[in-house]
Amino acid sequence: MSRANAWSQWPDANGRFGEFGGRYVAETLMPLVLELEQEYARAKEDPAFQAEFDDLLTHYVGRPSPMYFAERLTEHFGGARIYFKRDELNHTGAHKINNCIGQVLLARRMGKTRIIAETGAGQHGVATATICARFGLPCVVFMGETDVERQKPNVFRMRLLGAEIVPVSSGTGTLKDAMNEALRDWVTNVSTTFYVIGTAAGPHPYPMLVRDFQSVIGREAREQILAAEGRLPDALVACIGGGSNAIGLFHPFLEDEGVRMIGVEAGGHGVNTGQHAASLTGGRPGVLHGNRTYLLQDQNGQIIDAHSISAGLDYPGIGPEHAFLHETGRAEYRTCTDTEALEAFQLCARLEGILPALEPAHALARVGEIARELGPDGLIVMNMCGRGDKDVFSIAAHLGVNI
Amino acid sequence: MTAERISAKFEACRSEGRAAFVAYLMAGDPDLDTSFECLKALAASGADIIELGAPFTDPMADGPAIQRAAQRSLAAGGSLSSTLDVAARFRLEDKVTPLIVMGYANPIFSMGLTNFAERAAAAGVDGVITVDLPPEEDASLREALAAHGLAVIRLATPTTTEARMKRVSDGAAGFVYYVSVAGVTGAAVGAEEDIREGVERARRLSGLPVAVGFGVRTGEQAARFACLADGVVVGSALVEEVRAAVEDGAPKSAVKRITVVAQSLSNAISSARIVRSMT
Repeated sequence: MSRANAWSQWPDANGRFGEFGGRYVAETLMPLVLELEQEYARAKEDPAFQAEFDDLLTHYVGRPSPMYFAERLTEHFGGARIYFKRDELNHTGAHKINNCIGQVLLARRMGKTRIIAETGAGQHGVATATICARFGLPCVVFMGETDVERQKPNVFRMRLLGAEIVPVSSGTGTLKDAMNEALRDWVTNVSTTFYVIGTAAGPHPYPMLVRDFQSVIGREAREQILAAEGRLPDALVACIGGGSNAIGLFHPFLEDEGVRMIGVEAGGHGVNTGQHAASLTGGRPGVLHGNRTYLLQDQNGQIIDAHSISAGLDYPGIGPEHAFLHETGRAEYRTCTDTEALEAFQLCARLEGILPALEPAHALARVGEIARELGPDGLIVMNMCGRGDKDVFSIAAHLGVNI
Repeated sequence: MTAERISAKFEACRSEGRAAFVAYLMAGDPDLDTSFECLKALAASGADIIELGAPFTDPMADGPAIQRAAQRSLAAGGSLSSTLDVAARFRLEDKVTPLIVMGYANPIFSMGLTNFAERAAAAGVDGVITVDLPPEEDASLREALAAHGLAVIRLATPTTTEARMKRVSDGAAGFVYYVSVAGVTGAAVGAEEDIREGVERARRLSGLPVAVGFGVRTGEQAARFACLADGVVVGSALVEEVRAAVEDGAPKSAVKRITVVAQSLSNAISSARIVRSMT
């Protein structure tokens, strides 16, 4: 476990990370959100809850995930030593399942009998459908129409797992619209239904509990890199959509002041084109989906549709703790374009024999320059938070290959 | 004293032995001028209080009817700013009908709380309902609005327990908007007994009039609710008339369509308690 530190006091009693976070939900949901906060506080103190969570992580997910020295990419970039935290090797192929297990165990404690989730790339949907199958709970996944189209393999996987997929056509039919629809379902079925939010965003306590469930990534990484290199890394690198894999990696290192934290946002066609998903780099603070955070919005406070080649990063907001780490300067945030992510994907496939998901391909696209900035004495841990099998078809389309 | 126009209207309705007809329309739907004409038509057709929807791209508490209304408004250039412009035009012609702006937090924060409060007050707005600002998050908006005598209207729902209702009542002003059913706007209505209980709890703990909304579509439903509460809110059914007008290729006909529906709802609400006492 990480030790107490100045950063672990957040969120405060009002669910705020500095000025970010909070509980901006309809009154119908407030009693439930408050009940969830109380139940989570009890679960955290319950050794049986923690034991069941840990047991599933070990035997069902396959944790700990390896810490892998990416030797050929290290040579290729000619800078710092690069390690991958290999959360793409988890059951279901991404970090998402860590959080789903935690939330579904909470749902069971609360006596909820129906699970809903939103999904962008489909990884969170697949992970939720998987755990629901494991526990025999009905599962409804809201997914934007655009994403249903570009993530067909995951849609089929969710159906195989027994989940019902609801395509969402409002807005641009992407992740934010799926989240709107999930919130509408939740408000309608509040007494029976638990909403498993996939990223470290939404109303308090979601950003906190998602972070806590994902922090297993950073706790393992800390031990593993100390074992492998005898010291802490100089930089942690992770991609950011809502930011759950990044906060999971970062959080256990926050008190280690020598460890830089670098989040990579989806730059789409370029932040200057307006077609991107980089809410910290190209947005400003506002309120959406239950929390105050950085958002892509116009001068009237209307939300602007995000764009990214990666369905998992295609969201106009970001988790409130990242907004806070950005404002305080504790973490740095850079961007990566669609094209750069595609190049990084191919490079990783050829040099390491690993097909990264398009999401961590964004992180990898910045790793080269960070490795050179740090020099050969430097040490980087990048979160390989998902595998690229799901992206093979859409990558082929982008590369103009007919398969 | 905040929201005098609201209290006066509920008082007037009570003295007439009837519930208030609270009518909702989306500002700028299908365009600013037509929505202004629709507002006037509502007031002329018996609406006692008008809720003016401010469009937002992500209306997660709204059902399909009001989602589409927001999209039509945004497509026609609607915004919180133009919502306040429509309110101001209405207020120039009508000094008595309370106007409530109903919307989501982000456009208000984007405009800035002080700026919003000043402009809303200047436009003759009486109160504000922000669906995604529960009591825990509305202190700064209440402060900004109170400086101009405007009320933040609180929402209570079927999930609002006795203890929670105390929290909702603390700082409530104008009236309490009782959401008849756990769901989005335009959904099915809840059971009458549950609504009666919820309304009575809200009235007892807040000391304010209570209007019931979400899911009221027909005159018959409106009449039932008029016997339970101090006001009945109708939104989706009116907004759907605008949609029908647009789909007919005659957006201006929304004014006439809304007049017909509003008159019928107003009659149903006005006569509800008399009818019930006779049966």
